[in-house]
Amino acid sequence: MAESIPVEENGHHAGDHRDHGHHEMSFSEKYIFPLDHKMIAMQYMFTGMFMALIGGFFAYAFRMQLAFPGIEVPGWGVVSPADYNSLVTNHGTIMIFWVAMPVLIAAFGNYLIPLMIGADDMVFPKINRLSYQVFLLSAIVILSAFFVEGGAFGGAWTAYPPLSTKAEYSLTGLGSTLWITAVFLEFVAFLLGGINFITTCMNSRAPGMKMWDIPMVVWMIVIASILFMLSVGPLLAGGIMMLFDQNLGTAFFDPDKGGDPILWQHLFWFFGHPEVYVVLLPAVGIVADVMTTFSRKKLFGYKTVLYTAIGTGVLSFTVWAHHQFIAGIDPRMANVFTVTTLLISVPIAEMMFVYIATLYGGSITLTTPMLWALAFIFEFLIGGITGIFLGASGNDIYMHDTYFVLAHFHYTFYPIAIIGTYAGFTYWFPKMFGRMMNDTLGKLHFWLTIIPFNGIFLPLFVLGAAGQHRRIYDYQNFPELALPWMQDMRQFATVMLLIMLGAQVLFFYNVITSWMSGEKAPKNPWKANSLEWTADSPPPHGNWPEGLPNCYRGPYEYSHPDREEDYWPQNEPA
Amino acid sequence: MILDSLLPAAASTYAGDIDRLFDVITVLVMIPFTIACFLFFSFILKFKAKDGVKALYITGTEHRYMKWIHRAHFPILTFDLIIVVMAINVWYDVKQDLPEMESEVRVIAQQWAWTFVHPGADNTMGTADDITKVNELHVSTGTLYHYKLEALDVLHNFSVPVFRLKQDAIPGRVITGWFEPTVTGEYDIQCAEICGIGHGLMPARIHISSPEAYSAWVERESAAALARAMGESKSIELAGN
Ligand code: HEM
Ligand SMILES: [Cu+2]
Ligand SMILES: [Cu+2]
Repeated sequence: MAESIPVEENGHHAGDHRDHGHHEMSFSEKYIFPLDHKMIAMQYMFTGMFMALIGGFFAYAFRMQLAFPGIEVPGWGVVSPADYNSLVTNHGTIMIFWVAMPVLIAAFGNYLIPLMIGADDMVFPKINRLSYQVFLLSAIVILSAFFVEGGAFGGAWTAYPPLSTKAEYSLTGLGSTLWITAVFLEFVAFLLGGINFITTCMNSRAPGMKMWDIPMVVWMIVIASILFMLSVGPLLAGGIMMLFDQNLGTAFFDPDKGGDPILWQHLFWFFGHPEVYVVLLPAVGIVADVMTTFSRKKLFGYKTVLYTAIGTGVLSFTVWAHHQFIAGIDPRMANVFTVTTLLISVPIAEMMFVYIATLYGGSITLTTPMLWALAFIFEFLIGGITGIFLGASGNDIYMHDTYFVLAHFHYTFYPIAIIGTYAGFTYWFPKMFGRMMNDTLGKLHFWLTIIPFNGIFLPLFVLGAAGQHRRIYDYQNFPELALPWMQDMRQFATVMLLIMLGAQVLFFYNVITSWMSGEKAPKNPWKANSLEWTADSPPPHGNWPEGLPNCYRGPYEYSHPDREEDYWPQNEPA
Repeated sequence: MILDSLLPAAASTYAGDIDRLFDVITVLVMIPFTIACFLFFSFILKFKAKDGVKALYITGTEHRYMKWIHRAHFPILTFDLIIVVMAINVWYDVKQDLPEMESEVRVIAQQWAWTFVHPGADNTMGTADDITKVNELHVSTGTLYHYKLEALDVLHNFSVPVFRLKQDAIPGRVITGWFEPTVTGEYDIQCAEICGIGHGLMPARIHISSPEAYSAWVERESAAALARAMGESKSIELAGN
C-alpha cells in the first residue's frame, strides 16, 4: 500500500512494522491483553475449542438419555425433562455462536487475514482486543445460567416466544434473560471483529496484491463478515425486544396484549439462515487453500468460486421463511420461498463441482489436512442434497422438526464447524506453533472422527423419516416411536458418539505433544504459495520484522508449466 | 416403493401425495449426488501423487473447461423445476386449498395436553351435545374434516405422522386446516414444537373408526354429554333457587 494507515496504538503506524517487538512485553501484555492479531486468534481458537468440549458434553448427556432413558449419566446424573431442554438449547446455541463463529470467523480470520495479505497486524488492534473481551464475557454469561435459580434456558436455540419471554411458561426467568443477553453480547463482539476484517483486507494488502490475488479463505471470511453485518441488525433489535418483554412488561411478542409471536420468527430467521452461510463460507475458503496445496493444482475457476459465494450469500437473504412453512403464516408465501430455496442449490452445486474439478489432473497427497478437506466436500454434499427435501414445501409438511431435519443440518454444520476447523488447524499448525503435528496420530484421529460421525447421523435420517420428532426427551411416551428397532438405532448413534468424543482425546494429545516436542517446522513445510508461508514459524509480533513482503501474483499458481518447481510463491519476483 | 417403507403407515387422502413427492425428490437428488461422488472418488484415486509427474495447470476459466460446470446447471435447474412444481402442487392441496367440510373438530393445545372437541350427533359445533376429550381425538374414515387449531399459552404443533399432517398452533389465532382419514386404527399425535418442560410428555392418540363404529361412539358420547349438560343446567337452576 502506498499510504500507511494511522493507528493510535503507541503512536505507531500500521506500516511501521519494524517498531514492533522493540520493547519487552510483560506476560499479561502478551498473553492476556494482547494487541497482536495472532495472539487474539489463539484466544478465540482455544476459547472456541473449550466451548466445543462443553457443547459436546451436552450432546453426550442428552444422547445418553435418549439411548438409555432414565439412567444416571456419568458426569451429569439423571437427565430430567427440564435438563433435557436446557441441554439441547445450550448445545445448539453454543455450537453455533460459541464454536463455529469464534473459531471459523474470529480465530482463522484474525490469524490469517494479516498474514495472508502481507500486513503486520489488523488496522484496529484495540478494537480487535475489545472484540475478544466482549466475546469472553458473553461466554461467561451463557454458562453462568447453569448456576442460577431455575436453571439455564430451555426454549430451543430458536427461542420462540411466548415460551422464551414469559417465566411462567419456561420456568427459567433469569436463565432466559442470561441467554438472550449472552447472544446479544456475542453479536456485538462479532460486529467489532468484522469491522477489522473488512477494513484490513481492503486497506493493508501487500504492495502489488490485487483483489484477485487474495487467497480464497480471506475472501470468504470477508464476505462472511459482510453477510453477518447485513443480517444481524434485525436480530439485535429482536433481542432488545425480547429482553424488554422478559423484564419490563412490554408485549412485542405477546398475543394477549396485541403483540405477535411470529414477528420474532421473522427476525430470528432473517438472521438465522444467512448465519449458516456466514459459518459455511470460511470453511469453504479453508478447504480451497488446503485442497490446492495438496493437489498442487490451481483452484478451478477462482472467480467462479467467489461469484458462487456471493450468489449464495445474496440468495440466503431471501429464504428465511422456509423455516416457517407451517408456522401459521399465510400459506401462499410457501410458494415463493420454495422457489428461492431451491434456487440456492444452483450456486452451491456449482461450488461443489468446482472443488471436485480442482482435483482433476492433480498430484494428490493425502496428508491429514487434505483428508479433512476432502471429507468436508463429501459430508457437505450429503448435507446439501438433504436440504432439498426440506426446501420443498409439500414435503416439509411431513419432515418439519423431525430427526430428518436434525440429521440434515448436522450434515452441514458438522462439516463446517468441526471438519473445516480441523482442516484449517492441522494445515496451519506448523505456522502457528512452529512445530509439525504427528501425521499418524492425525490420521487415526481423522478416521475415528469421520466414521463415527456418519454412524451418529445416518441413523437419524431413518428415524426422522419414520416420524421421530425433535426435542423429546423420552420416546417411550409415544408407542409408535418406542419400537425396539428404533431404540436400537438410538443406542447405536449414542455409542458412535462416545467413540467420536473419545477420539478427540487423541487430537488434544497430538496438539500438546507436537507443540512441546514436535519436529521443528520450516517456514514453508507444504511448499505453499500464499504469503503467510514467507514469515517465520511462528511469526513474531509484526509478522515480518525484516520487511513486509511484496506480491506478484495470485495464490494458486501450482504446477505452472513454465517453472521447474511445482509452486510459485506470491512474493517471488517473476 | 422401497423408500416408502421408511415412512410410517399412510392414513389420509393426501399422505400418498406427500410420500410420492418424497420418492421423487430422493430419486432426483440421488442422480447428481451419485455422479458427484463417482467423480470425486475416482479423481482422488486416479490422481494420487506420483514421482516425477507434475499436476496439470488448469485455470478453469477457459470455455473448454467451464462448459463442464455450466452444463451441470441444466439438469440441476430441470430437477429443481420438477421438484418445485410437485412441491407446490402438494402444498396447494394440503395447506392452501380448503375443500368443503363434512365435519369438524376443535383442537386446543396447552402446556401439556390436547383438548379435542367433537361435534355431537347433530354434527354442529358449539351445541350442548359436543364431545370434549383430553388427549384423544376420534374421527371416522371417509369424512372430510376441518380442524380449528388453537393454543392457550405457547406455540405447540399439531402433528399426526400417519396423516403426514403438521401445523403450528399459535396463541391468539385460530388456524383452520383439513384432513380426511382413509384407514381405521389408533395412532400417535405428537407435539412438534418445543413448548416447555412437558413437551416430551404431550402424547395424544387419534382413533380412526369406520363410519358405523364412529356413529355409535358419537351416539353414546353425545347422549352422555347432553345428560351432563342437563345436569349442570339443573344444578344451576337449583343453585339459583
Ligand atoms: C458432537 C456431535 C454432535 C451430536 C451427537 C449432536 C447431536 C444433536 C442432537 C441429538 C440434537 C437434538 C436434540 C433434540 O432435538 O432432542 C442436536 C441439536 C442441535 N445441534 Fe447438535 N450435535 C453435535 C454437534 C453439533 C454441532 C457441531 C453443531 C453446530 C455447529 C450442532 C448444532 C445443533 C443445533 C443448532 C441443534 C438444535 C438445538 C435446538 O433444538 O435448539 N450440533 N444435536
Ligand atoms: Cu406442546
Ligand atoms: Cu411441544
